[in-house]
Amino acid sequence: MPAIEIPKDKWNGKVREITLGATSADGGSRTKTVTIGGETTLPFLHFEGDIPHPPVIAVEIQDRAPDDWSPVLLEAWGDVVNDVAAWAKAAEEAGADLIVLKFSLHDGLNGDYARKTVRQVLEATGLPLIVFGPGQAEIDNDILVPVAEEGKGERLVLGVCEDKNYRTIVAAALAHGHLVDARCPMDVNLSKQLNILISDMGMPMERIVMDPTTGALGYGIEYGYSVMERLRLAALQGDSMTQQPMLVTPGEEAWRTKEARAGDGIPEAWGEWAERAVNWEILTASTLLESGADIVVLRHPESIKRVRTMIEALMEKV
Amino acid sequence: MALTGIQIYKLLPGSSKNPEVKKHANCKECGFPTCLAFAMKLGQKQAELSQCPYVEEESKAQLEASAAPPIRLITLSADGRKLEVGNETVLFRHEKTFYHQPGIFVRVKDTQADAADVAKAVGEYVVDYVGMDLTLDGIAVEAAGGDFAATVAAVKAACPFPLIFLTEDPATADAGLKAAEGIRPLVWAATPDNWEAMAKVAKAADAPLAVRVDGGSLDELAALAEKVREAGVEDIVLDPGARDYSSNLSVFTQLRRLALKQNERKVGYPLIAFAGDDPVLAGQQIAKYGGFVVLDSFSPATAYALLVMRANIFTDPQKPIQVQPGIYEINDPKPGDPLMVTTNFSITYFAVANELESSGLPAWLMVADAEGMSVLTAWAAGKFDAERIAKGVNTMNVADKISHQRLIIPGHVAVLMGELEEELPGWEINVGPREAVDLPNYLKTQWG
Repeated sequence: MPAIEIPKDKWNGKVREITLGATSADGGSRTKTVTIGGETTLPFLHFEGDIPHPPVIAVEIQDRAPDDWSPVLLEAWGDVVNDVAAWAKAAEEAGADLIVLKFSLHDGLNGDYARKTVRQVLEATGLPLIVFGPGQAEIDNDILVPVAEEGKGERLVLGVCEDKNYRTIVAAALAHGHLVDARCPMDVNLSKQLNILISDMGMPMERIVMDPTTGALGYGIEYGYSVMERLRLAALQGDSMTQQPMLVTPGEEAWRTKEARAGDGIPEAWGEWAERAVNWEILTASTLLESGADIVVLRHPESIKRVRTMIEALMEKV
Repeated sequence: MALTGIQIYKLLPGSSKNPEVKKHANCKECGFPTCLAFAMKLGQKQAELSQCPYVEEESKAQLEASAAPPIRLITLSADGRKLEVGNETVLFRHEKTFYHQPGIFVRVKDTQADAADVAKAVGEYVVDYVGMDLTLDGIAVEAAGGDFAATVAAVKAACPFPLIFLTEDPATADAGLKAAEGIRPLVWAATPDNWEAMAKVAKAADAPLAVRVDGGSLDELAALAEKVREAGVEDIVLDPGARDYSSNLSVFTQLRRLALKQNERKVGYPLIAFAGDDPVLAGQQIAKYGGFVVLDSFSPATAYALLVMRANIFTDPQKPIQVQPGIYEINDPKPGDPLMVTTNFSITYFAVANELESSGLPAWLMVADAEGMSVLTAWAAGKFDAERIAKGVNTMNVADKISHQRLIIPGHVAVLMGELEEELPGWEINVGPREAVDLPNYLKTQWG
């Protein structure tokens, strides 16, 4: 019988390599940098192409104790949620590759406060930092400009840039050597278009992280999953404007669901609360890693461990 | 080699020279309007030759070879239900859809005193997800030195689902098959050492047989599958022996590509995967080409997550999930709490329900039948207009639950306000925000 040949697809394209953070050698103060991207094949198919960098885990912390987080999460982190510096340290110890500092919406939120908070986090951890505003255009712009100044040279990622609001954030990132997170609502063409708009402002493609958005398990994950598979296939087929590494936020999405938040008054078939909640986060994250995520933003310390185990196992060359 | 639609058409009744056959041309009994349309579907592997009752014998032989799906459909059955796996046509769900969800099985051992109890719990487990009843699919009974046949009989009595037998001993498999008379389990596994006897046992009972080659090459796996097929077992399942994440993903991807893109019949069978106790590995196997996924234990918190994940990945991308129209209670609302309306497109519903739920604010959410479209799309298509919303208010027993007459409509359809006030005399129509994310703030500031 003739031998069966291992079927390999020939891809012309390659995902861009992007480096987050800068050490003192490059004008920053990070103790390490993180490089993602560079894939020349679909996720984890080592037999076919190169996967020079493993996907990484970013851990979300907030500028002050969240008032809308599940008790399962708050219990897992304990007191550190009241102190952003302590929380950043704890996240690093829990195994984060990157920190995501997400500002929540409150009366005390302004440029000076944001500047001070970012400084505290930069001093508490040596990991590269991603800074997200609360997601309201005007406020995001008000705080991210001073944040960009404060973090000059650190190669932060600033976000989120959306098609309705990206100019101010991109300009601030350009002026101070940072990267941006380009977010679109689960759509291949909109993602491409936003990458084009941002690069038209003069932002090098090596400083754009693509954020295709996702739904949680049970809440539309199949849309995000397929959009990411299509974006990655387009990248490998040589479509330059889709060749950005992808960031997604399975932690935030999974922990918004009733499955993760509700302990009482739910069907018995849902099973034990904490186990279910963590399952929700890790299955959302792992499904997105299988479809091409380069950065997953997580929330629960146990999820960090479980997703790390998966990534390490999938980076084994076989 | 696969035939094109036109080549197939030349073998169907519509092209026949025999008047007895030709008279059935375009009879539509296959479910398609013409022989040509049916031929095209056969060519795309989206139809089965058996749908045509009149195809001639000699054509049949030619067609069967080419029309067989690239991944054979394997059916397991039991008293209560059957499980079909295989017949997939694409590598990525966005290319068309995935057709047959992988069966999720829970392992019990014949040395385990509570095997029947576990089987019963698995059989009784059902969880509601957007109006669908999700269940597991079966029990994998492992021969571990106990009384296999007795365990099989006890499991079969306790659970109406299909079974997989995990044993490499032909005599044990045979005893199990006799104890499971009347149902159709999968036997795992034939290996390079035992295949002749295993094939004989499986053939005698007409049971599907898994072939396993540990750490072996695809060549060895294909060769073993061929031997088993030549020994008379046609329903074959492949186990390439890859247990860790990375080799599992690589080998399953290779086998799927070989079957679909290279039409490699020798490996055109469903795959069986073992996930241990790891839901993440099981998730990978569900998304990436497993046909049967065996878990080592049963826990509702894991089963629920995996069943939802499977339902999501196997949703037909061309037919999004719709939510059942009706009044949904969010955060235990009282009769005086706000009432708002949205469409029954699942993503729209989730966006709204999620924002409300995480805000902790109680509310009544009326989901109107907009044929599964989002708010703006449905409005543009005339599926979410004043008439439909009013019909919802009038037919969903709103008055039994809610003490006020105020309705919040999505900001995107503010234009419906006037018309709705006419359709619903006595009601006050409020225009809510355009985006779900702004709902909590809207309720806090505008409702009172």
